[in-house]
Amino acid sequence: MSAAAPAYNFAYLDEQTKRMIRRAILKAIAVPGYQVPFASREMPMPYGWGTGGVQVTAAIIGPDDVLKVIDQGADDTTNAVSIRAFFARTTGVATTTRTDAATIIQTRHRIPEAPLRAGQTIVYQVPIPEPLRFLEPRETETRVMHALEEYGLMHVKLYEDIARHGHIATTYAYPVKVEGRYVMDPSPIPKFDNPKMHRSPALQLFGAGREKRIYALPPFTDVASLDFEDHPFAVQAFDTPCALCGAEDVYLDEVVTDDRGGRMFVCSDTDHCDRRRAGETAE
Amino acid sequence: MYVAVKGGETAIRNAHTLLADRRRGDRAVPALTLEQIVGQLALAVDRVMAEGSLYDRELAAMAVRQARGDLIEAIFLLRAYRSTLPRFGASRPLETGRIEAERRISAIFKDIPGGQVLGPTFDYTHRLIEPAMAGDEPVEAPERREAVAEARPRVTDLLGAEGLIEADGSGAAEPGDITRDPADFPLGRDMRLQALARGDEGFLLGLGYSTQRGYGRNHPFVGEIRIGLVDVEVDLPEVGFAVCIGRVQITECQMVNQFTGSAEQPPQFTRGYGLVFGQSERKAMAMSLVDRALRADEFGEERAAPAQDEEFVLAHADNVQATGFVEHLKLPHYVDFQAELDLVRRMRREHAAGAAAVPEAAE
Repeated sequence: MSAAAPAYNFAYLDEQTKRMIRRAILKAIAVPGYQVPFASREMPMPYGWGTGGVQVTAAIIGPDDVLKVIDQGADDTTNAVSIRAFFARTTGVATTTRTDAATIIQTRHRIPEAPLRAGQTIVYQVPIPEPLRFLEPRETETRVMHALEEYGLMHVKLYEDIARHGHIATTYAYPVKVEGRYVMDPSPIPKFDNPKMHRSPALQLFGAGREKRIYALPPFTDVASLDFEDHPFAVQAFDTPCALCGAEDVYLDEVVTDDRGGRMFVCSDTDHCDRRRAGETAE
Repeated sequence: MYVAVKGGETAIRNAHTLLADRRRGDRAVPALTLEQIVGQLALAVDRVMAEGSLYDRELAAMAVRQARGDLIEAIFLLRAYRSTLPRFGASRPLETGRIEAERRISAIFKDIPGGQVLGPTFDYTHRLIEPAMAGDEPVEAPERREAVAEARPRVTDLLGAEGLIEADGSGAAEPGDITRDPADFPLGRDMRLQALARGDEGFLLGLGYSTQRGYGRNHPFVGEIRIGLVDVEVDLPEVGFAVCIGRVQITECQMVNQFTGSAEQPPQFTRGYGLVFGQSERKAMAMSLVDRALRADEFGEERAAPAQDEEFVLAHADNVQATGFVEHLKLPHYVDFQAELDLVRRMRREHAAGAAAVPEAAE
């Protein structure tokens, strides 16, 4: 138990709850891409602010772990700061902003640019775990659709995008198919990050607190973004490199610098950018 | 030169210091005491206990104070504390027939055994702001009558004796708990009632109201509303009998609804049920209307209205979930927005190129 918070258990949750969550995680790992219901607890931060990811992290974190928390790719966004402070307070574990130094990375909306390695776990915060939700609002229906592998509706939606806009109009939370079986929501990461999920050596866990679902991608799982032969999946490409570190082939944030149309593009992954500017070699 | 939006930690700390300052307000004015909140804002405290699903007036009052009177925030505080508590087991079903009622009314009979007892109600007050509320004028002591030994049987039991209303549930099985088990739709009525009891008063009020206006009408009559103290009894296997571990104040509403019947079964009225911690008639009544609406399938009624749609009602009734997800929109979303910007710009370029190409093609 942490000296900082004697009233609460290590990592806030009681051990019974952690066991319940670990059972759900194990099942999720055993059936990649399948959404496992779990008895999500009320957490001391609001639903929709990462309670699912926080519960997953709380269930797997141990005293020797090193935790990194990012939101929008940055370690210093307000909610990332808040969640990191929560774990620092309730577990006393070491925290870091370095992707390579972390054993657990909790993230909202991004996957770090530096490739993850075996032994690392990335925990995604998920608002709406059901990739079919906006096509079919009913849980009872979508459950059957997954069971029967009835994903035609999703392909029709993507096709209609192409017919109407000339492009698949989904730019984030772009649906993927896992090991040729379950269609899965990758959480609202930009589709730029989708290829990083494919056969990643890291364990990838997804927690949706409000919707009470956990799902997982064990290391080296096949993850394919949905597409068509004549409209293959492609990621965003930026015209300019990062204005701070010069990185190319990374995801950039657009920063409005004045009210006369001034813009600059900088790395969304702040750790990646910092290390490049510090002269460290970054992949 | 662009400066990264750093300093999140300091900014958060400063914001919270300012919040504490605003919460306390003018230091020349005495701070609210918990006794004042429990005693004089009792119905706010009751709502926080009911929707926080934790019966503890003092904690609820602390939450109201900490939340600056924002009741949903207070409910959230209580819930987050509740989720750290162990669950020992379930009590026996409350014997509301033996309630020590401060209020007890029925709308379906002029008089009932045990009498109609108005109790402390806003009903029949004229809603004129009392000038006396600006000060602290002495308040008359209320009339009290001797404790009556007269039994107050439930009105629905009176109907039930004649078989005029469907039987009550047995309550024998251990009830489910949506806070401990992942809920799978469709839910049993036990978990449904739990979800409604924790549900947002305003949301249920609107849904209950919608059934009265024709969206899933179920012809309700207030069979009975009771407010009072009731014993909580727990079976102790070690001693072999039930032991009272305390008393809670509750509001119970038994709604008597549209009758059903078939070739095999003679017609009888149906029930909608509402039970909440503390004194909240509005919530208990709305809950019983929605409970009855959600039972449409049991009676072979067409499920067409929002109030009859279990997934719709129960997935959206929880104000802690709702407020969290609505308010999360203020978190940064710039990565996703960048992805959208990129696509829209590209499509606009293609659109412009297409528009420029058309006249040439026509020549």
